[in-house]
Amino acid sequence: MSASETRMVGSGGAPAMQAEVELLEVSMGPHHPSTHGVFRMDVALDGEKVVKLKPVFGYLHRNHEKLGEDHSYLASMPYTDRLDYICSLTNNWAYALAVEKLAGQEVPERAEYLRVITAELTRAQNHILAVGFLLQDMGASGTPLMYGFREREKILDLFEALTGSRMMCNYMRFGGCRVDASPAWLDGARKVVAGLPGFTDELEALVCTNEILMARTQGVGILRPELAVSAGVTGPMLRASGVNYDIRKVDRYGIYDRFSFKVPLGDHWDVYDRFMIRLLELRESIKILEQALKDIPGGPVIDPKAKIRNFRPKAGEAYGRIEAPKGELGFYLISDGGPNPYRYRVRPPSFVNLTILEDMCLGHNVADVVLILGSVDIVLGEVDR
Amino acid sequence: MLGEGLLKGLAETARNFAGSYVSKERLTTVQYPEERVAPIEAARVFPFLVYDGADWEAGLRCVACQICEKECPPKCIYIEKSKDKKPDYVGKPQIYPARFDIDVSVCMSCQICVEVCPFEAIKMDTEFELATQDRFGGLLHDRKQLAKSNEYFHAIHPTEAAEVDARLDEEKAKVEAKAKAAAEAAAAKAAAGAAPAAPPAAKPAEKPAGGGE
Repeated sequence: MSASETRMVGSGGAPAMQAEVELLEVSMGPHHPSTHGVFRMDVALDGEKVVKLKPVFGYLHRNHEKLGEDHSYLASMPYTDRLDYICSLTNNWAYALAVEKLAGQEVPERAEYLRVITAELTRAQNHILAVGFLLQDMGASGTPLMYGFREREKILDLFEALTGSRMMCNYMRFGGCRVDASPAWLDGARKVVAGLPGFTDELEALVCTNEILMARTQGVGILRPELAVSAGVTGPMLRASGVNYDIRKVDRYGIYDRFSFKVPLGDHWDVYDRFMIRLLELRESIKILEQALKDIPGGPVIDPKAKIRNFRPKAGEAYGRIEAPKGELGFYLISDGGPNPYRYRVRPPSFVNLTILEDMCLGHNVADVVLILGSVDIVLGEVDR
Repeated sequence: MLGEGLLKGLAETARNFAGSYVSKERLTTVQYPEERVAPIEAARVFPFLVYDGADWEAGLRCVACQICEKECPPKCIYIEKSKDKKPDYVGKPQIYPARFDIDVSVCMSCQICVEVCPFEAIKMDTEFELATQDRFGGLLHDRKQLAKSNEYFHAIHPTEAAEVDARLDEEKAKVEAKAKAAAEAAAAKAAAGAAPAAPPAAKPAEKPAGGGE
């Protein structure tokens, strides 16, 4: 650096004397048990109070978008499983939706139903986990989370029986789904769904009126609706801030216009609302699942004209988005007519929801930062991509 | 009343604790190496190469078209084509893989190779205990380790294997009917005229459909 570029230190006036206020800078993460993966927060503390928080991420960067440009459309599908590895089926759906828009493909009726069923099961297990991990962060070490895991295991068994894998499902294809669900599988799904309301009751009885939980979460991490909207926050986070925005209702993608369900909204905008919203959404998902499993029609599960090999959509661009369990998940694709996308962009909900972290944490104790981060419900596979 | 919620939660845990002694459904864990859950038919772990008949080398369905190698997302398949040809299941001379390696440590069990294969030659295994002490050679499976019989395929994925066999039989019948018709036509032609006609009888267009790269 040349001498002329050197910054003049202290040229902006005399520095204030702050001998009595000394900030303590703490680096939380990247291997902190509360950060849900490799995520770091540089926190500046005044005593116990947070005065500055800087999220640092990128530790799990896997070059997902560039890989998408390098691989064929089909070969990117298994990589989408690894974005939000809790909810691979909704990731599949968002990507399939974008490619179907690009190529102008139709999806058979039965495949649409299977997509709704698998996506809502995914949402159920994601919310079970989100609530369980939030309670784990709060110090309820084990019990609620393990109850949640017990229930999630049944859903994962269903996924394995249908798709062959518990978490990396790789199930949806452009123009439908990869394999059909057998009647036995549908019966198994009905049985699991019939057990979910009982589990939700159990979880609510276990923790929802717990005084310690309420003392820790109510009034903590308030996210004002205006701020949430202007930051682009989506999903349960946004609805807990009282904004009625659910892409299943707004876009009515797939066949969501056929099901009756409500969109729960929060009115205190705090961590407790975000916790409760997930339990209420779980109940709404169960309603959708019951309806979908009741009227699933027969027929093919994939468009017979769909091509597996040599798939080249015509030049153009498309943005496909769905309401993933964590918020708006979108895939933006530009095709130049070749076998690979020209541009492949993911709009991950966790990443965008995380940008608002500092505004929620300022002024709270450092112990609350853990809760607020837990209530955002992030998965680092999706944040870093 | 303060503490009511706490007590309610504790009652729930007590119910679960007591229930675990009477209800089998509450005991969900399995002590893995000794106890095992029932295998799931749809499970997919690692690919294998299907062969027909008794001899694995002669019966391999793979014709080294390299579509799976090209489509594999993490590029874990390595194929070398043979110089000579051997007859495939319909009796047509085909190239075979002189080398076919899959790296266990790279494979991500996505099943794309199975979907793109036009010859039903590669399928997914359900065997998941693939750990080895040799992390270089031991994790690179060659074609001998990958070759597994059609009977094994029937044993692990009965539904899928039955469908595949039906499809292959149909194809074989079609090829045989075509060859027969061509032979009959040639015979008729030879009988009618004296010309040494004999067009190349059975040469159905069996090039892999997705070669256009």
